[in-house]
Amino acid sequence: MTHSRARSRASSLTLPAGAIALALLLSGCGGARVDAGAAATPAGGSESCVDTSGDTVKIGFLNSLSGTMAISEQTVRDSLDLAAEEINAGGGVLGKQLEVVAEDGASEPTVFAEKAEKLISSDCVAAVFGGWTSSSRKAMLPVFESNDALLFYPVQYEGLESSPNIYYTGATTNQQIVPGMDYLKEQGRTKVFLVGSDYVFPQTANKIINAYAEANGIEIVGEEYAPLGHTDFSTIVTKLKASGADAVFNTLNGDSNVAFFKEYKNVGLTPDSAPVVSVSIAEEEVGGIGVENVEGQLTAWNYYQTVDNPANTTFVEAFKAKYGDDRVTSDPMEAAYTSLYLWKGMVEKAESFVPDDVNAAADGVTFEAPEGTVTVNGDNHHIAKTALIGKIGADGLIHTEWSSDGAIEPDPYLEGYDWAADLS
Amino acid sequence: MTRMTWTPPPPFEPRDDRPADGAAAPATPAGTSTGTPAGTSAGTSTGTAVAGTTPTTPPSPSPQRGPRSWLTAARGRTLAGFTLAAVLLLVVAPAVLPDFRLNLLAKFLCLAMVAVGIGLAWGRGGMLTLGQGVYFGLGAYLMAMHLKLTDAGPGGVPDFMLLYGDGTVPGWWEPLRSPVVTLLAIVVVPVALAVVLGLAVFTRRVRGAYFAILSQALAAAFAILLVGQQKVTGGTNGLNGFRSFFGYDLADPVNKRMLYLIAAVTLLVMVAVVRLLMVSRFGELLVAVRDGENRVRFLGYDPARVKVVAYAVAAAFAGVGGALFVPIVGIVSPADVGVVPSIGFLVGVAIGGRATLLGPVLGSVAVAWAQTSLSESFPSAWTYAQGALFILVIAFLPGGLASLGGLQAAVRRRRAPDGTTGDGASGSAGPATADAAGRPGGLTAAADAADHVAPVPPTHSVEPAGRLP
Repeated sequence: MTHSRARSRASSLTLPAGAIALALLLSGCGGARVDAGAAATPAGGSESCVDTSGDTVKIGFLNSLSGTMAISEQTVRDSLDLAAEEINAGGGVLGKQLEVVAEDGASEPTVFAEKAEKLISSDCVAAVFGGWTSSSRKAMLPVFESNDALLFYPVQYEGLESSPNIYYTGATTNQQIVPGMDYLKEQGRTKVFLVGSDYVFPQTANKIINAYAEANGIEIVGEEYAPLGHTDFSTIVTKLKASGADAVFNTLNGDSNVAFFKEYKNVGLTPDSAPVVSVSIAEEEVGGIGVENVEGQLTAWNYYQTVDNPANTTFVEAFKAKYGDDRVTSDPMEAAYTSLYLWKGMVEKAESFVPDDVNAAADGVTFEAPEGTVTVNGDNHHIAKTALIGKIGADGLIHTEWSSDGAIEPDPYLEGYDWAADLS
Repeated sequence: MTRMTWTPPPPFEPRDDRPADGAAAPATPAGTSTGTPAGTSAGTSTGTAVAGTTPTTPPSPSPQRGPRSWLTAARGRTLAGFTLAAVLLLVVAPAVLPDFRLNLLAKFLCLAMVAVGIGLAWGRGGMLTLGQGVYFGLGAYLMAMHLKLTDAGPGGVPDFMLLYGDGTVPGWWEPLRSPVVTLLAIVVVPVALAVVLGLAVFTRRVRGAYFAILSQALAAAFAILLVGQQKVTGGTNGLNGFRSFFGYDLADPVNKRMLYLIAAVTLLVMVAVVRLLMVSRFGELLVAVRDGENRVRFLGYDPARVKVVAYAVAAAFAGVGGALFVPIVGIVSPADVGVVPSIGFLVGVAIGGRATLLGPVLGSVAVAWAQTSLSESFPSAWTYAQGALFILVIAFLPGGLASLGGLQAAVRRRRAPDGTTGDGASGSAGPATADAAGRPGGLTAAADAADHVAPVPPTHSVEPAGRLP
């Protein structure tokens, strides 16, 4: 790459500059006019291009298969694949076989947004299933809203959201956090210590827990955050021990749990003296943390592999048959599996794949899910679920210890709780 | 629905050079811009160069003959390259690409803006800028904050603050309600930070790996700060859900196309600015500083000042790239500004050819494009492909893919009896400890910059070829 220098400087400066200005002007104006003309016709890009004329209909799966979230999201992808396979074997949806377009969200919000747009406008899928982190959902939300497409999001989350273009098949706060606190209150625990990773879910959860505690005579004796991926918990656990807490509410994410529970054991705390209720530890994570570190601790979810009903027996057996006996099933996996069946139910009720028709038909659609019967709430697009507090057993599985009185209606903004009036 | 019509390129291009203004102002016919009063490095079409404060003597015609035809060819190539790039970006791409792909390309162009800056600072100036995510992030967050405030309406509070914060807008957000302040801040804030940091670092002669580590640490700290301040920065979720961009509906595909055009024009202007800087006396000095900082100092120049300018320009480009990234992609989060994306910027530049004009642009766009299309076909395999590509390029083409073109020339030069490109210019990452002794490239550039007589062909400009194994 050679270039001219000092001597030719004078003209070399002005010529390209002028040429560029001219080129930009011409092409820029031309482009704008063409655009305006093209968009004047109503068939714009945001109109749905979903093709339902053939024997198949496309759906999109969007999970992180690379990056930090891949370990968790791959399990969700596996159960989505299982559900699609089962539905196809059973005759498809409205008689059409599902054709899955799979994409990798790469654990990055911007990639999720990009791939969502691709699935909707290039692949023309009828609905998208996936997402895990809050940031991935927040990144995809405007894409689905501006394209008027549907996303089924399968993970418990921090609530305070209700988009007409998203179905939330995981728990919202009043189906996981609040029952977790209800349980601690029932057990007579009055001094709760909060520990969490420093991001949106723990911060929001703890805001809710603080309001709950104030109204229910529970004292929050400490609230500590560690950066995501943090593995030194000596300071936090020392504070925890010194606080005299009789229970811990844990919203730590990922590897941090290993370090936290080891340190917890080191200082002599036990599940009897100060039980830890965790909301991010499911069957998949127990193995990673080490059963010996978390045996006897509590979790708050809506599904465990050990849930005893025919639908779950079928689900667990089918999953193990497809992916191997050593695999476990967890709450997000079950919620993803359920989400595909719920979409099938809505589409068949609406007799249409068009998002507006699906939304109109959504209210009251039920499914005998592995977790029990779930029902779609057409107003806020969440689903009624039963809350289950579980205890981690020596076998690495989680066993139901306490269950809510039937399914809890979803209330993402906690409008039905007086103590939460100041929260949002 | 408001539709965007053609507007002149946004007023936030860095105005480093007068001719850039000429290029940016479409109202000026191409012909008259040649008459622009000479500024720091602008000239007239007669060939009189006005560089800095010292007027250059018009070249004497006789020794000029040989080089002139060669120079004209080079200039022609540059012009042709620019025109081709402009036609491709502004005419061909919008015509053949569907909205979705065009928007992706727009995103890549924003990343390429950062790459252009890195090409200047790293490729030409030898500063291994491992923390450009900071400047990219500053521009992006400033723009995102403005968009959130506009969406909230006058006096309104952005939605995430209502949900996660205390429902009030912090004082330091308030000025960003003004579009003018925002557009200024997008350039001024990154530049100010770069100047402060650059002055502190370069005048203390912090170079090479130390500078790289420092800039990377800055990127890490910036991302952690953003995550920790959930109530005012959106935390890990970042800022997203923008509805409008200076009054234009972001959901409208026509406006998306206009954003693409704005990005394309901005990028072309930036490339033009870098081209002007490269051939200017400043550009010569910058390369001289890279190749022999002490020699430049002995000649009476202040290398720190030269580096600060290049670093600040790179920061401004990154800031503008970030600002355009936000409406195009619709989200900015700490994941876009930390260490990993900062390194990602470098990979594209290195693969493309860091010391060349178009290498960084082509490299970063190509890498991003490959990433998108490969990840669509082989979701988890892409990372390996990227790593392999990087290793191959570093091992066999240290000058980047752009040096492929220079291969032949290099071979020819080596066979020449008086080949001067033997060991070529230094690796720009490392400090030039050898004082450029026996390195004609650096020596020539320094001498040239000093006294403005250099009919010698610029060895440093073929640096990539010279560094071939």
